Amino acid sequence: MNERCAVIGIGQTKHTTKRDDLSLAGLVREAALRALADAELSFADIDAVVIGKAPDMFEGVMMPELYLADALGAVGKPMLRVHTAGSVGGSTAIVAANLVRAGVHERVLTVAFEKQSESDAMWALSPKYPFQPPLLAGAGGYFAPLVRAYIRRSGAPLDVGMLVAVKDRQNALKNPYAHLHLPDISLETVKASPMLWDPIRYLETCPSSDGAVAMVLASEAHAAKAPRAPAWVRGTAMRSEPTMFAGRDQVNPRAGIDCAKDLYRQAGITDPRREIDVAEIYVPFSWFEPMWMENLGFSPVNEGWKMTAEGATAMSGDLPVNPSGGVLSTNPIGASGMLRFAEAALQVRGQAGEHQIAGATVALGHAYGGGSQFFSMWIVGSEKP
Amino acid sequence: MRDVAIVSFAQTPSLRRERDKDEVEMLAPLLGEVIERSGIPRKEIGFTVSGSSDYLTGRPFSFVIALDAVGAWPPIEESHVEMDGAFALHEAWVRLQHGDIDVALVYAFGKSSLGSLRDVLVTQLDPYYTAPLWPDAISLAALQARALLDAGLCTEREMAQIAARNRAKARQNPFAQLRGDFDVEALLASPYLVSPLRKHDCPPISDGAAAVVLAAGDRARKAVSRPAWIRGIDHRIEPHSLGVRDLCRSPSTTLAARKAGVLGASVDVAELHAPFSHQEVILRNALDLGPNVDINPSGGALAAHPMMVAGLLRLGEAASRILDGRAKRAVAHATSGPCLQQNLVCLMEGDP
Amino acid sequence: MSEPVRRIKAPVRLAFEINAGHALTGFLRAIAEGRFLGQRCVSCHKVYVPPRGVCPTCGLLLGEEVPVADTGTLTTFCTVNVPYEGQTMKLPYVYGSILLDGADIPFPHLVQGLPVPEVRMGLRLKAVWAPPAERKPTMESILWFSPTGEPDAPFASYQEHL
Repeated sequence: MNERCAVIGIGQTKHTTKRDDLSLAGLVREAALRALADAELSFADIDAVVIGKAPDMFEGVMMPELYLADALGAVGKPMLRVHTAGSVGGSTAIVAANLVRAGVHERVLTVAFEKQSESDAMWALSPKYPFQPPLLAGAGGYFAPLVRAYIRRSGAPLDVGMLVAVKDRQNALKNPYAHLHLPDISLETVKASPMLWDPIRYLETCPSSDGAVAMVLASEAHAAKAPRAPAWVRGTAMRSEPTMFAGRDQVNPRAGIDCAKDLYRQAGITDPRREIDVAEIYVPFSWFEPMWMENLGFSPVNEGWKMTAEGATAMSGDLPVNPSGGVLSTNPIGASGMLRFAEAALQVRGQAGEHQIAGATVALGHAYGGGSQFFSMWIVGSEKP
Repeated sequence: MRDVAIVSFAQTPSLRRERDKDEVEMLAPLLGEVIERSGIPRKEIGFTVSGSSDYLTGRPFSFVIALDAVGAWPPIEESHVEMDGAFALHEAWVRLQHGDIDVALVYAFGKSSLGSLRDVLVTQLDPYYTAPLWPDAISLAALQARALLDAGLCTEREMAQIAARNRAKARQNPFAQLRGDFDVEALLASPYLVSPLRKHDCPPISDGAAAVVLAAGDRARKAVSRPAWIRGIDHRIEPHSLGVRDLCRSPSTTLAARKAGVLGASVDVAELHAPFSHQEVILRNALDLGPNVDINPSGGALAAHPMMVAGLLRLGEAASRILDGRAKRAVAHATSGPCLQQNLVCLMEGDP
Repeated sequence: MSEPVRRIKAPVRLAFEINAGHALTGFLRAIAEGRFLGQRCVSCHKVYVPPRGVCPTCGLLLGEEVPVADTGTLTTFCTVNVPYEGQTMKLPYVYGSILLDGADIPFPHLVQGLPVPEVRMGLRLKAVWAPPAERKPTMESILWFSPTGEPDAPFASYQEHL
C-alpha cells in the first residue's frame, strides 16, 4: 500500500522564551487550530493524531499525549506519541505520513512542541548521575568537541561559524514566528559574545524556546479538495546509529549519509545541490551548517565551510539554507525538527511570506538528534509525484 | 492491507528487582533470541521500533542507551514511542504496509523498580489541575473500582477471584512474577491497600523486557509454520479528565475492537492488559467476550507488570498460542494512561 | 484579585535508583582499586572502556576483561565557560575525550594541570587518582587527567576516534 501523501495545512505558534499566556494545552492548540484553518478543516475531519516531543522532563509531564488528547480533538481517535530525541519533530511527521501512505487514515494531524519554560531544560539535558563526575554542561558541552574536531579536519577558517550565526538571525527577521529577532546581529556582536563551550560562542548557540508546530497530512483524494496548494511528500527516511562505538565518526556520521542517500533515491534526486531549491536543516550550533552540507552530500567532505563562506547558503545563494532562521533562531526542542519539515513545505507551497525563496518547488526538511545519531528527513515538492 | 504476522516472541522473566543487569544487558540477549527464533537473519530486518519511558528511569533519553543492545551498525531505520511497546508494534505494522520492507523488530523494556511507580505515574496527569494534588496510580484505580462496585457491575469477591485465577494460570508461565494458588476467602480477609482495592487487586512492580518480530506475507510463511496473522489492529483514546469519563466502561476499547474486527469474532484466547482486577471486568464487557474464552492464560498483568512492556506481552502471549497451535484466533489488548484512558486491540489468527 | 494567575509552582520530587549494570559494576570496582579494566567484543575485538556490557555495533555481550593503561591521548575537548545546575567545577574548565592506551574508544573526563589555553588535541595525559583511602566505585576516583610531558600524539594516531 503506497498512497500519495501531501501537507495541506501548516500552523505554528509565535515562538518565544516563555509563553506564559498559554498552558501546554493552549500552546499545542494554537498551532493545531492554525494548521486546521489553513486546511479549512475542523478537528472532526481528522482521523488520527500523532504528536512528538523531546524528553518529558522538559515540562515535567510524563506521556503528555494523555493530558493533551482533549485539547487536540483526539478523543475517540488513535493517538501516538513519538520520541526520537532531537530528531523527533521529523520522525513524528514521518510516522504521520506513514499512516496516510499505508492507507490506514485519510487525514492526520501531527503536532510537535516543547514548553521548556515549564521545567529546566539545561538540567534535564545533563542531570547529575552517580558513578561519574558532572562534566557536561548541556548539549553545547557535548557538541563543542565535535566542532573542534571538524575545524581541525577541514582546516576551515575560524569565522565560518559566525557567518552562519549572522545569516540565520538575519533570515529570522523575515519570519514573524521566529523567537530571536536580533536586528543588530553582525560579525562584531557575535565575536564579542561570551565563549560558552570553546569554540562555541553564546551568539552561535540556539535559544531555548516555547513553541509548537502542526501540519495536516492528507491522502491524494483529500489533497485534491484542499483550498491551497499541497506540498507533496516525495520521500522520507530515518536512520540511527549507536551513540558511541569504537571508530565512530561523530562529525560526519554514516547514519546521516545513508539517510540522505535513501531519501534522494526515493525522491528521484541524483544531483542534490542542483535539484533541491531550498534546505531547512537542523543547525543548533552554527558550525553544524558546514558539517551538514557535507553529510547531506551538497559538498565534498571537508569543503562544506566553503559553501557558507561563498554565500551559497544565503537566501540569495544557489542553495539557501534555513531561510526561516532555523534552530539558531527558534528552538522548542521537540518542535524544531518538525519546524524544518514544515518550513520546507511552506516554501514549496509558496507560503513562506517574506522569507520565501522565489520559485522553490523542491525542498528538504532535516532533523537530527541524540549524539548526532538519529536522523530524519523528508523531501517535499509542489508537483505530485 | 498487507498481511502481517507475528513470527516470534521472547521475554525476560519479570522480576521485582533486576539489579545485576542494566537495560542494555537485559535486551541484548533477548533480541538475539527473538531474532533467532524467527528464523530470519538479522540483516533482513528493515525497521526497528521500541517502546519505553524516560520517567521510569529518572533519566531523559534513556531509550538512546538501549539502542546499544540492537547492534545498529551499519545504521538502521529505527524509531521509538514513549509508550507501551504495543503501540510500537502498531507503528511497525503500519510501516510494513508500505511494501518496501518485509520484516520489523519491536521491543520494549522497563524497570519499574527504580522509582516509586505509583508516584511516578502522577506526572502523567494534567499538570495544572490534577497532578499537584498528587493522586497516585493506585488511588485512581481505586476510584474506578469504587465506581464499578457502586454501579453493581462487579463485587469484591469477583475481583479476588480474578486475582486468584490469574496467578493460578501464571503457574504455567515460567516468566511470570506472581504465581501460585491463592484462597479467595483469605484474599478477601486481607486489609485494604487503598479501599476498595486490596494488595491482590493490584499489579506487582516488575522489571522486564519483551520483543517481537513481525513479517509480511510470504516472508512470514517462509519463516514459521504457523504465523500469528494480524487480522485487525486499532487503538483509541478517551478524554483525560476522569470526571468527564464513564469509569465503569471502556468505550475506546469497544471502538478499537470494532475497528479491528474483534466484535462478533469468536476467539479462543484473550490476553487483556488489566493491571487491576476490576479492570478485567470492564474490558471483558467492552470486548463482549463469550463465556468460553480463555482469559489471560499467561496470568496477565496481575502476574507480571513491567511498565511499558505489559501491553506488548499481551500481544506476544496471544501470538505464541497461535504460533504453537494451541489457539486458532486470539484477541490481545493493551492500555495506557490512568484508568484505561487509551486502549489498543488486536485480532490475531492462525492459518486454517 | 486583579492579576490573572499566569504561573503556578508545582514541585515534583521523585527519587530513583540508578543501576550500573553488570559490566559497569566490574569496571567501577576496578576503578576503586586504581585500575582501568576494559572489555573486548567477541566479534569485532574492539576494547571498550568503560564497558557497557554490550558491543554497540554487534549487539553482543562483551567478553574478556582487558587491563588498560591509565595513560592516553586527548582526542578532542571543550572549555566550559557557562554555569549550570549541578555544576561543581570552577569555571572555566576543560573536559575532553580521552583515548587510553589499549582502548578502542575514548571517554570523557576532566583535563587539568596546565593553563586552559594550552590544552590541545593530541596532548598526552595520565590519570590523577584520588588517594587510595578515598577511592570508591565511581569515575570520580580519578580526579582528572594531567599532561605526562611526552610529545603530542600525531593526528593520524587518534584521527579515527573523533
